[in-house]
Amino acid sequence: MAVTADLDDSFAQPGNTQRAKIVVGRVLVYGALIIWAIVCLFPIYWTVTTSFKSAIDVTHGHLVPWLDFIPNWKGWGSLGLSPDTIFQISTPRHEFIGRFENSIFISIGASLLALLLGSLAAYGLSRFQYKFGPMKNDDILFFFISQLILPPVVLALPFLVLYKELALLDTRIGLIFVYTLTVLPIVVWIMRDQFNTIPVELDEAALVDGLSIWGVFFRIILPITLPGLVAAFILSLVLTWNEYFFASLLTASDAKTLPVMVASQTGSQGINWWSMAALSAAAIAPLVIVGIFLERYIVKGLSTGAVK
Amino acid sequence: MTASASMAAADNEPEFDNPDIVGAHARIAAGKALIWAASILFVAALLVQTLYAAGAIGFGFATWRPILYAYALWGIALGVGQVMARGEAGLRALFVLPAALFTLAVAIFPTLFGFYIASLDWNLAALGGPHFNDFDNFVQMFHDPYYWNALANMVFYVVMVLAEYAIAFGLALLLNAEIRARKFFRVAFLIPFMLSPVAVSWMIGKSLMEYRFGPLARLARDFGWQTPAFFAYPWTARFTIEALDAWMWIPFMVILLLAGLQAMSKEVIEAAKVDGASPWQAFWKVTFPLMLPVSITTLLIRIIFKLKLADIVITVTGGGPGGATDTVSSFIYRVYRDRSNVGYGTALAMFYLILIILFLMLLLRIAKRFTRNVV
Repeated sequence: MAVTADLDDSFAQPGNTQRAKIVVGRVLVYGALIIWAIVCLFPIYWTVTTSFKSAIDVTHGHLVPWLDFIPNWKGWGSLGLSPDTIFQISTPRHEFIGRFENSIFISIGASLLALLLGSLAAYGLSRFQYKFGPMKNDDILFFFISQLILPPVVLALPFLVLYKELALLDTRIGLIFVYTLTVLPIVVWIMRDQFNTIPVELDEAALVDGLSIWGVFFRIILPITLPGLVAAFILSLVLTWNEYFFASLLTASDAKTLPVMVASQTGSQGINWWSMAALSAAAIAPLVIVGIFLERYIVKGLSTGAVK
Repeated sequence: MTASASMAAADNEPEFDNPDIVGAHARIAAGKALIWAASILFVAALLVQTLYAAGAIGFGFATWRPILYAYALWGIALGVGQVMARGEAGLRALFVLPAALFTLAVAIFPTLFGFYIASLDWNLAALGGPHFNDFDNFVQMFHDPYYWNALANMVFYVVMVLAEYAIAFGLALLLNAEIRARKFFRVAFLIPFMLSPVAVSWMIGKSLMEYRFGPLARLARDFGWQTPAFFAYPWTARFTIEALDAWMWIPFMVILLLAGLQAMSKEVIEAAKVDGASPWQAFWKVTFPLMLPVSITTLLIRIIFKLKLADIVITVTGGGPGGATDTVSSFIYRVYRDRSNVGYGTALAMFYLILIILFLMLLLRIAKRFTRNVV
């Protein structure tokens, strides 16, 4: 009896501490997760709520709508995007929509161009042997990917001078070229990884069936790598949508993008918090939505090449 | 030009078992002729425009734009000529050719052109135009305390990547643990990466941290910091900018590290546990060494992006106070914006580029040694 009791005890004792340990561990894990989630999301919450505040709510630090303060449309009204102003003529809205269009056109254009150039090059490098002077496949690949280290500041001033001569300053197509360059290395990297996972036998079978190498690429290989293409496209979109450095130097009025507009508003002192908040919220909204619904693809695009 | 025509020549010479050998020869000759014709046209256009711009001849184009078209035309002719002259091998070359020509025109040429500008005294606002100034730019650079200050700041920012890495590794481990609502946390952790740095500058730098009403400033007061001026003193400003940048880029590192953790086999960790290793030991003896290759990739890419840091510095502090938060990029941006000095700004940028290349080559070498010793 005594023996069994001892046994029970010696089993029960670690069992309890074990359980306590697990509970403490859980609390710590979820505590850390929740704290970081707040760190990530609070600035967005703050921006969105501030765009519905009036001056007194800002100075008093009110945080929760309807409990702390009554939301109003002032911020969005100043952008011409509130319910009462949406059907009226509004200069800020006109400007905002113009910038928004530029951003969409330029980021999508650059991403598509990079995707086209990059996936072609990546497929070639994953399938065929090239030799260009002393450069073999690996060197050519390194040549493409090494463009990633070029800081924008190195190219910005030469581009400024060249674009002036080429009459490409302040044009959408000019920015598209620059942005394509900045994301091309990433696309090449992601897509080569994608093509390498497809067995060469598939290409060979299609060639035997009478397709040309370009037919194989467009009709067989590209459809298979569609998820990879989408990942590369979305990642390019994120980087080009947010780009500020080139845009601020190479555009003046016609091709100005959204980040440049946001920055120029930030610079002016004494701007209303609510209208600035509305502008920021509108500028980040498209990509926040993309992030929520296409997280899978962004993760896929980013983690390519990290894991071999 | 002829050198790039030989790209992909390694593979197959045109097949001579072709029954229609005469036709093939004609096709090859036509292809070569096409490439030559396009090359001559391009060089001629370039020559005419150069002479015109220099004032030597009376006719030419109003802008250099037609040269761009000539280059595009030459690229197309080169591609078509390749296919005609080299058949299958030409078709293969066509895959890499567009990207190569594009990179040549948009990255390599401007960089080389940049080295040329760097040797000029060229102020866009001045009427005189560019003139050669015997590398005075580089002499001036060595005596520019603000530039060296910006370089020193870059050292600080790059070293802080290690702290970002530590936080990101912790978060990746948390996400890899068995938790509920993983999808929610993953999306939430990703969101800062999606945001435009310029918008973040306002959202956090200018409003959350606003001295009077910003919630973060209030929080700081509650914790006993009575004057929460985040950007008033050099070191607080530097750390605040670093925190902002870290906030946006930690998600990126988390994703890479998480992918690495998920690719790791669970059995290794289980085996370590069975052997009686504490979680702490299991991490340092098993997880961390296995994650080393992924970690090095993550750190390298992050450092590359860190070296480009500019946007938030330009929009939040403008490099202040007294250059304490300046990055090389933001400093050169101001050199251009305030003084329109293209020559000097480019000289600074080119010197920075050389430093970056040397630094990254060194890092790559160290990284190689590291991975070799472990694996």
